[in-house]
Amino acid sequence: MSTIAIPNETLPRTGIAATLPAPAPLADADRKPLTKKETAADHPTWCPGCGDFSVLALYYKLIEKRKMLHENICTVAGIGCSSRFPYFVQAHGAHFIHGRALAFASGVSLSRPDLHVFVFGGDGDAFSIGGNHFTHTARKNIKLTYVVMDNFVYGLTKKQTSPTSPIGFKSKTDVGGSTDRPVNPMKQAISAGATFVGRATATNLPHLLKLMEAAMDHDGFSFIECLSECIEFFPGAFDAAIPRKGGTFTEIPAEHDVTDEYAAYKLCDAPWPGVFGTFYKVDRATKNANEAKLITDSRAKLAGVPDWQILQRNFDRMK
Amino acid sequence: MSDNTSTATPNDSSRTSAITESVIRIAGDSQDGIQAIGGFLARLAGRSEQEVMTFMTIPSTISGGPSIFQVRIGSGEVLSAGDEADVLLCFYDHSYANHISSLKRGGIVLYDSDHVTPKEDMLSVYRHVGVAISSLTVEAIGGTGRDKGKNIYALGLIAKMFDLNVPKLTKLIEERFGGKDPSIVANALNCFNGGYGHQIQGLIESFRFEHAEKTGAPQVVMSGNEALAYGIIAAGVRFGAGYPITPWSEIMELLRRELPKYGGMFVQTEDEIAAISMAIGGSYAGRVSVTGSSGPGISLKTEALGWASMAEMPVVVIDVQRGGPSTGMPTNQEQSDLNIACFGGHGDSPRVVLAPSSVEDCFYTAIEAVNIARKFSTPVIILSDQAIATRIEAFPCPDLQNICQDISPDFTPVADHKPYDLTAADGVTRHIAPGTRVASGKYPVATGLEHDELGHPTGSGKLHTQMNAKRRNKLRKLASELPVPKIYGATEGHVLLVGWGSSKGPIEEAVKLGRSQGEAVSGLHIKYINPLPNGLENLFNGFTHVVVCEINDEGLYGHGQLASLLRSRYCDPRIKSVTKTDGLPWKVKDILTRALALTK
Repeated sequence: MSTIAIPNETLPRTGIAATLPAPAPLADADRKPLTKKETAADHPTWCPGCGDFSVLALYYKLIEKRKMLHENICTVAGIGCSSRFPYFVQAHGAHFIHGRALAFASGVSLSRPDLHVFVFGGDGDAFSIGGNHFTHTARKNIKLTYVVMDNFVYGLTKKQTSPTSPIGFKSKTDVGGSTDRPVNPMKQAISAGATFVGRATATNLPHLLKLMEAAMDHDGFSFIECLSECIEFFPGAFDAAIPRKGGTFTEIPAEHDVTDEYAAYKLCDAPWPGVFGTFYKVDRATKNANEAKLITDSRAKLAGVPDWQILQRNFDRMK
Repeated sequence: MSDNTSTATPNDSSRTSAITESVIRIAGDSQDGIQAIGGFLARLAGRSEQEVMTFMTIPSTISGGPSIFQVRIGSGEVLSAGDEADVLLCFYDHSYANHISSLKRGGIVLYDSDHVTPKEDMLSVYRHVGVAISSLTVEAIGGTGRDKGKNIYALGLIAKMFDLNVPKLTKLIEERFGGKDPSIVANALNCFNGGYGHQIQGLIESFRFEHAEKTGAPQVVMSGNEALAYGIIAAGVRFGAGYPITPWSEIMELLRRELPKYGGMFVQTEDEIAAISMAIGGSYAGRVSVTGSSGPGISLKTEALGWASMAEMPVVVIDVQRGGPSTGMPTNQEQSDLNIACFGGHGDSPRVVLAPSSVEDCFYTAIEAVNIARKFSTPVIILSDQAIATRIEAFPCPDLQNICQDISPDFTPVADHKPYDLTAADGVTRHIAPGTRVASGKYPVATGLEHDELGHPTGSGKLHTQMNAKRRNKLRKLASELPVPKIYGATEGHVLLVGWGSSKGPIEEAVKLGRSQGEAVSGLHIKYINPLPNGLENLFNGFTHVVVCEINDEGLYGHGQLASLLRSRYCDPRIKSVTKTDGLPWKVKDILTRALALTK
């Protein structure tokens, strides 16, 4: 059989600067927590006053507080203002296509359980173009954390109606006011089978940090809707949830049973601006764990058998 | 059937002729298990070190519908499934009516006399042999009133007719039905023995294949889809994602079943877009991953494919072509995805396209695709098609110990890394996987935005120009490494028949046929579709006409898809094409007749 000879070789790595010193052989345990200076990358391109800055600042803080190592963090995003996130973080990152960040991140999470996989995005990315992936990533309970910075408007394309825009919202695509019923992200997530569902605002930082930590610690698909104001195209959208602007920030009462799906649904219908905290949290086997079990079971009888011999057995049956 | 010698003696009803090859067409309905008969014959041929090639059509209806399986077994080189059948086995009147014309004049039609009434005017043209297959099957398995198993009964008849190796066939039947309820194996063997022991009335001779030359290596028998899937595993791929669509599904089913044995996994996703996105995520995570599809599924994947071009992320996409556009003809053969494979998507998004020519080539092409993807950090599309996917061939068992690869990611820390380094040697950069520590503290972003060398967004026209050149030039580098294909036949002549993908066999057979008729015809098979290997123009120069034979439409400007690509590449008006879209593989005679008519 003639095929072109691209041998089974270890390919040389490229793009590596030879002039820099090799990395210090420091044990991971001896490495200091990363400071904001070390985790910050490009200066964010967001408008001054954008709610997304808070989420980014808390992500740096989370990395520092939980002593995550640069190389083990993977930040993934789709398309939108908030999806510029990976450029602003010094960690392995991917800026994928519109709406498909969860599918991409699932590929990372499933094949690399050693990484912390975080996905950031906006409401259009999550609930419109990526709606199908949102549903199925939740259903499959893929281990990753998804923070949706929900601003109720398309910002990057300059003010069109988004899937979470309230009825009556005037945009360039609904000059007379939006008439389509908005998505309720909490309900959507719970009904899809998400195992961690939380809601926060970009203005209550301690609360958001606490929720992000809980989400990260959750073994499964953890989803946070973070109300994050678009100062340019929907200013004041979330004032009703900001005490210093006369609003009220109502936390979910401590007695709420986070494993009670019906109770969680009821919280989703709380009058605007709704309630904040963990709506729903249950333990259910992740896709990662299910696949790992499938692998363990499949390999039970193959211990020590090299890959080529496993394949050879199949080929022998086809002789 | 090529008769060599006949050991006939007058009035001997058991005359046996030695033959070198035979084409057997089995026609029935899709639930009759006729693929199983064909499969047994193909695997028997493989075990007997004979060449074998099959061809099948399946209805795209949910249950039932006419279906055929054609198997060509030969003691010499078998290049196609054959234009005409030597033997037609048909179960119903409709199978008889639709396929009798595929039989060679004087060929044998073996029919189920319980269901088929031969046509008067055909009796003199073909040798008719009627056997009450349905009722005899019921009898053979003890009169349960069901004729399930008539395919195996018919296999017994064929085994008798061709003096096939009964112990080997029995073993195959036991392997196929073993492991289930023991009564199933017993029933199958009863059917087989019933058919084999039946005294066929009206059959004046039987046939025996001449011994094939020993090739040395034992043969394996599988379909193109199986060969692609196993090739992907041999290449070291351990992650993939897909969405079911005919005829690609079989590959994902196999990978889903097999990969866990190797510590890998294959994910069935919610849609085609998620499938390619997840596979690209798997590649980004450090190890080239695979996805695939057919027909409309490929259209859906093009946006993410563009990302892989832009982000320079390796990924292998298998396209098992079928009749299009839209839902088209899902279970028919067509080669009409060449354009989308090479050019599908917005913007300039170079990618590699390879088209395997046979079942064996599917196995090796899969490995090659993975390695090109790794080496050039690029998406690679494998263009298979419905015919190659479903046909069964025998080929020498690959040397798996030396072929199987480990492509585990390398996490060695690096000092600094530029994922899109414009000064990289050979112009090719490769990514470092997440988990790799970068001492400088500057981490890369893989991106679909135009970017600088570190992967950060840019609006610079200069960088866009440089990066476009980087993405394009690395494929020019690949082109310079590709082997120039060899001409089949003389290097000079009147007509050069050019083909790609699964047409290789029929085209080479057309060359043989043409030369046997005194025509100055040669053949050229192009496996590397994008980029094309360098130097094809030198091969074309030896011929007055270059005729590309492809199974797609001639398009607005009168040329098939590869012909259009070659014309735009070489600006050579000698390049013409013969095309067709009847959903079936080429007939050797058609290729020759049409190509000669075009060049007279």
